[in-house]
Amino acid sequence: MDEAVEALAEKIRAAASARTTLRIRAGGSKDFYGNPHHGAVLDPRAAAGIVAYEPTELVLVARCGTTLAEIEAQLESHAQMLAFEPPRFGAGATIGGCIACGLAGPRRASAGYAYGGVRDFVLGARLLDGRSQLLCFGGMVMKNVAGYDAARMLVGSLGVLGVIVEVSLKVVPKHAVETTLQFSMAESAALNQLNTWGGQPLPISASAWQAERLWVRLSGSAAGVTSAAARLGGERLDHAFAAQSWHGLREQTDTFFAGDAPLWRLSVPSTAAPLALGQRQLIEWGGAQRWIRSDLPAAEIRARAHELSGHATLFRGGNRSAGVFSPLSLGLAAIHQRLRSQFDPFGLFDAGRLFPDTPHADHPR
Amino acid sequence: MGDNDAAMPSTASQTIDRAQQHLVVAALRSVLSADCVLHREEDTRSYECDGLTLYRQVPMVVALPETESQIAQVLKVCHDRQIPVVPRGAGTGLAGSALPHAGGVLLSLAKLNRILGIDPQARTATVQPGVRNLAISEAAAAHRLYYAPDPSSQIACTIGGNVAENSGGVHCLKYGLTVHNVLRVRALTMAGDAIEFGGCALDAPGLDLLAVIVGSEGMLAVTTEVTVRLVPLPQLARCIMASFAQVSDACHAVAALIAAGIIPAGLEMLDQAASRLVEPFAHAGYDLDAAAVLLCESDGTPEEVGAEIDHMSAVLRESHATQVQVSGSESERLRFWAGRKNAFPAAGRAAPAYYCMDGTIPRRHLASMLLAIQDMEAKYRLKCPNVFHAGDGNLHPLILFDDSDADSVARAEAFGAEILEKTVQLGGTISGEHGIGVEKLDQMCTQFDRATLDAFCGIKRAFDPSGLLNPGKVVPTLHRCGEFGKRRGSVPAQFADLPRF
Repeated sequence: MDEAVEALAEKIRAAASARTTLRIRAGGSKDFYGNPHHGAVLDPRAAAGIVAYEPTELVLVARCGTTLAEIEAQLESHAQMLAFEPPRFGAGATIGGCIACGLAGPRRASAGYAYGGVRDFVLGARLLDGRSQLLCFGGMVMKNVAGYDAARMLVGSLGVLGVIVEVSLKVVPKHAVETTLQFSMAESAALNQLNTWGGQPLPISASAWQAERLWVRLSGSAAGVTSAAARLGGERLDHAFAAQSWHGLREQTDTFFAGDAPLWRLSVPSTAAPLALGQRQLIEWGGAQRWIRSDLPAAEIRARAHELSGHATLFRGGNRSAGVFSPLSLGLAAIHQRLRSQFDPFGLFDAGRLFPDTPHADHPR
Repeated sequence: MGDNDAAMPSTASQTIDRAQQHLVVAALRSVLSADCVLHREEDTRSYECDGLTLYRQVPMVVALPETESQIAQVLKVCHDRQIPVVPRGAGTGLAGSALPHAGGVLLSLAKLNRILGIDPQARTATVQPGVRNLAISEAAAAHRLYYAPDPSSQIACTIGGNVAENSGGVHCLKYGLTVHNVLRVRALTMAGDAIEFGGCALDAPGLDLLAVIVGSEGMLAVTTEVTVRLVPLPQLARCIMASFAQVSDACHAVAALIAAGIIPAGLEMLDQAASRLVEPFAHAGYDLDAAAVLLCESDGTPEEVGAEIDHMSAVLRESHATQVQVSGSESERLRFWAGRKNAFPAAGRAAPAYYCMDGTIPRRHLASMLLAIQDMEAKYRLKCPNVFHAGDGNLHPLILFDDSDADSVARAEAFGAEILEKTVQLGGTISGEHGIGVEKLDQMCTQFDRATLDAFCGIKRAFDPSGLLNPGKVVPTLHRCGEFGKRRGSVPAQFADLPRF
């Protein structure tokens, strides 16, 4: 353990003896996300910096406090990228927060080698657990089946298992060419079309539907994108305008996301029927991610998501008292509880952010 | 600590407690038909090992349930009586993950072999665990779709086994491993309760336990149903066969391809010994004078493939390829691959036995790893041709030995162990795709420190508090790591301050 990690370990030890709850927080760019937070802030940003980046290995290793801006600038200089297009939601966004929140952008449902969410590109991680032990999961190579794949389990864990101090990621080459096509299409026609295209060998890297307009982004070689664009038809958008618009979706600066109405994220099978909740809607990921702005009761939105074999998250704003995430089945909840007690036996880390009714170290039940 | 050396499998076969066997058979016959419970040695002998034949143990009882509810009842019977359960698919695994337990029930999932549904619009297939990997792609082909991970045992291996091992194949660099292509696993806990991991959406609430289930070698839950992602069949695939006068040139060519922004659909290397081994068998047309042969595949639309093949060929030539040949037809492409895909059977013909290793290292160390293996060939007086998934640094050295000669077996095992230790030294891992099972328990002590190994034990306990599901695999006990340290003549630094028993 180096100095920065040792200092974090010491803070965890101190919290254990004082029985204080720790709230892991770096840049705070995703403070809005999850159930209400609790506890004394543990800022891990002293552990920062790119530890290793060898472009020909397609692997980047970084400490948790490294900003996404720094990582993406490094990758950009070698024409590579984080395939999952993580949203930053603020200049201070770090890679640790990116892993802990597990949020992916428009490229999540891409065809080809860029397919996948954050967890699909995690190769390894170092975690400081509730006993201040530094655990090393996975590694720095593409294929690794030694031990359980606990590094991927940290994605979206919101810090409940410990402090993610280092992560190694698979990175991919940027595509040579990107083109965005626009179509006029009603919701059910767009869903149908996206799923039909998804079954064909087309280089579709992102899609978005709102207000009767469907956008499709093609990414690949010049030859591949040109021939696919000719096949799909539609209207080709100006490159700079399109790039700015996809950025607006990724960072949620698009006008759809403006205002205070509660923002719900429904994750459903891409072929799920239209939500028919009568709300303003934006559809991404080929139909698999549906955003709505809605004051409907949480129970009604969750029931609809469940009916469509998916789940609903109150992503931003609204009344968080019913819990922002869909509840777990009893069997899953039991495993979660036992995992927590293995990794955090003293209940130091603010688990309420993921599981709203967890007791805290300083308020045991 | 969860240490339980009684549960530790070993190469020495243990005898079976007949009285206990009688009780378990009677209990299982109350939930399964008589022909689905095997206990006579002539019936159970064929389950004594998986693809790792160095380790054998006849199971006490073999259960062959036909439905999920029967599996649940078998598990309840075993859970109530504290009987260990070892799940098994086709038994093609190479690390002994399905090695039976002398006092346990071998739970074969082979009879659950139905494809429950293919949804071409959603591009998913939902199948029972005993469905063969290739059968999924065959069934999906009518919709111009396929299941991408293609381990070389794909004709025989099952999807349940693929989930247990997180199997790879030759197309992983572009299309991912099992973990990237499975959306949902329905499984039973050791207590017999059904749990759904993942789902048909792209994510699920809570921790990503699906990622832990995949690759857990049957130790966390028993898979009863799997939903996989299907991808469109490429319109065209073409393969380049390139020869190199130096292994280091071939290794640099791999790096140069990646640096040029290319992700080949397949990127495989054979060293000269491997080419010479397979050529008489497969007639693939490999250049037998080359120090290394690289197979580099492009797939996609004809336009994409045309441009990519040109780009790849240029990079390979700049990287000092002595010969670059592009497949002109599908039959020629398959011929190029025939040698690589037949490397294991060819090794089986060239020697009485072979031991297939499976480390992954950072690609930049490929050349030095090969040199180290050459030195080990002399040290252990055994031949070791090499085939690898060069794109992802996953090595498959094939140690040729004589299994009727105890000294040759011992040298092969020591050779294998030294290769694995070298992979860890080079920043790699002891298993890229075959798993740990019982084969690499000792090397787990080298790759992971005790705190991390204990965390794995904690994960095991969180899923299986009883510890009865496939005990003794993957995570070595503290005692075993101590013994391993002594055998190596030194205690690894990370264990130096631990109490020893």
